[in-house]
Amino acid sequence: MSYVMTVSPDFPPNYLAGWYIFNTWLQRQLDLPIHLELYDSFAAQREAIANDEIDLIYANPYDASMLVREKEFSAIAAPHNRADEAIIATASGSEIQEIADLQEGTRIVHTDDPDVNMIGMIMLEPADLNTSNTSDETVDSYPLVAKKLLQGEADVGFFLDEAYETLSCLTKDRLRVLIRSEIFVIKHVLLAGSKLQEHKSRLEQVLLEMADNNKGRGVLESMGFQGWEKQTQEDTEFMIDLMDTLVV
Amino acid sequence: MKEITLTYYDGSHRQVVIEDIEVPYPEGRLIVSRTDRKGIITHCNQSFVDMSGYSEQELIGQPHSILRHPDMPRAAFKDLWDTLEQGKRWQGYVKNLRKDGKYYWVYATAIPNIRNGKTVGYTSVRRKPSRKNVEACIPLYAEMLQKERVAV
Ligand SMILES: Cc1cc2nc3c(=O)[nH]c(=O)nc-3n(C[C@H](O)[C@H](O)[C@H](O)COP(=O)(O)O)c2cc1C
Repeated sequence: MSYVMTVSPDFPPNYLAGWYIFNTWLQRQLDLPIHLELYDSFAAQREAIANDEIDLIYANPYDASMLVREKEFSAIAAPHNRADEAIIATASGSEIQEIADLQEGTRIVHTDDPDVNMIGMIMLEPADLNTSNTSDETVDSYPLVAKKLLQGEADVGFFLDEAYETLSCLTKDRLRVLIRSEIFVIKHVLLAGSKLQEHKSRLEQVLLEMADNNKGRGVLESMGFQGWEKQTQEDTEFMIDLMDTLVV
Repeated sequence: MKEITLTYYDGSHRQVVIEDIEVPYPEGRLIVSRTDRKGIITHCNQSFVDMSGYSEQELIGQPHSILRHPDMPRAAFKDLWDTLEQGKRWQGYVKNLRKDGKYYWVYATAIPNIRNGKTVGYTSVRRKPSRKNVEACIPLYAEMLQKERVAV
């Protein structure tokens, strides 16, 4: 029987191969069979979690609460130096100069990335905007968020900051950042389910040592990571408490 | 600048200097702190340090009322504590006092931290408030404060 690993569907598409390379590397390190299963959407991934099909997950912070508190997953590690920060941007020619300029009826475009959407809505609150007095459209990718803004079909767009930075220069020149979050503590975490508990300490060890050798560093690079850092259960509980204060 | 004596819930007093200048909430940030079950600060983030004007060493181990502004009615905090002690989430607008006597408004959410079924402390996360809602709170809090003064 094989263990199943999955990755939060919001990882940048150019790192897709990197996750497969990581899975191969991890199986060799642990001498365990692991199958990588990827999902197109958060909804599909949550369904697999609900059906107890997942043993290891690189989880979006928004889902961490459900995984830890309801499904008894526990924290293994988090990528070094990578917090989830959100950006709200508008077309560069837009009359909107700051968040306070936004009015009721503002048209928002975003992806299905749950923590970015949550942070985005929080950053609109000072302008008295919420889901009931704005309209929104969900698109499949961050380049499409940019496209909608450039076409004038939305007033503001929500981006994961890393995804914004990977837009082409041409696109970025035609967009303007209104606000960028600086939260630092909301981040993706690697969580293991109950079936993997007996291998947990070894898993933690191989990840924490991963950046110490060339092979491991190469794999990390292919995923866009610098390394893993220890994530204690209490670190994760703290992040979940924090998310709980923010989720409506 | 004026000097004021704050009286706390437990009857203790503290002299504070206040200056009627608002410091704007920093864009895109969350101000985070955690307390033990008695409201003693056990953790705070950099935004908390920056906005309060105290150093982290000055904050850890102090009661959270170190930020209490004399314009805040006692009833608001009573409601916060009653709600948290029932295991529920509290949300509200708070005017906080900085070390330099200036103030800042926040929209705060506080929750109990539950581990193995027990409350081990509380977390509060503040965000930038809506100006409209802050303006609505000002007369409301003034009125509440007035009633509390009459009652004393
Ligand atoms: C998690 C948490 C966060 C709090 N944050 C604040 C705060 O930012 N400002 C404040 O004046 N009181 C805050 N309080 C309430 C204080 O503990 C205290 O009740 C209040 O300052 C009034 O002081 P008193 O109860 O001694 O009269 C917080 C309490 C908790 C549990």
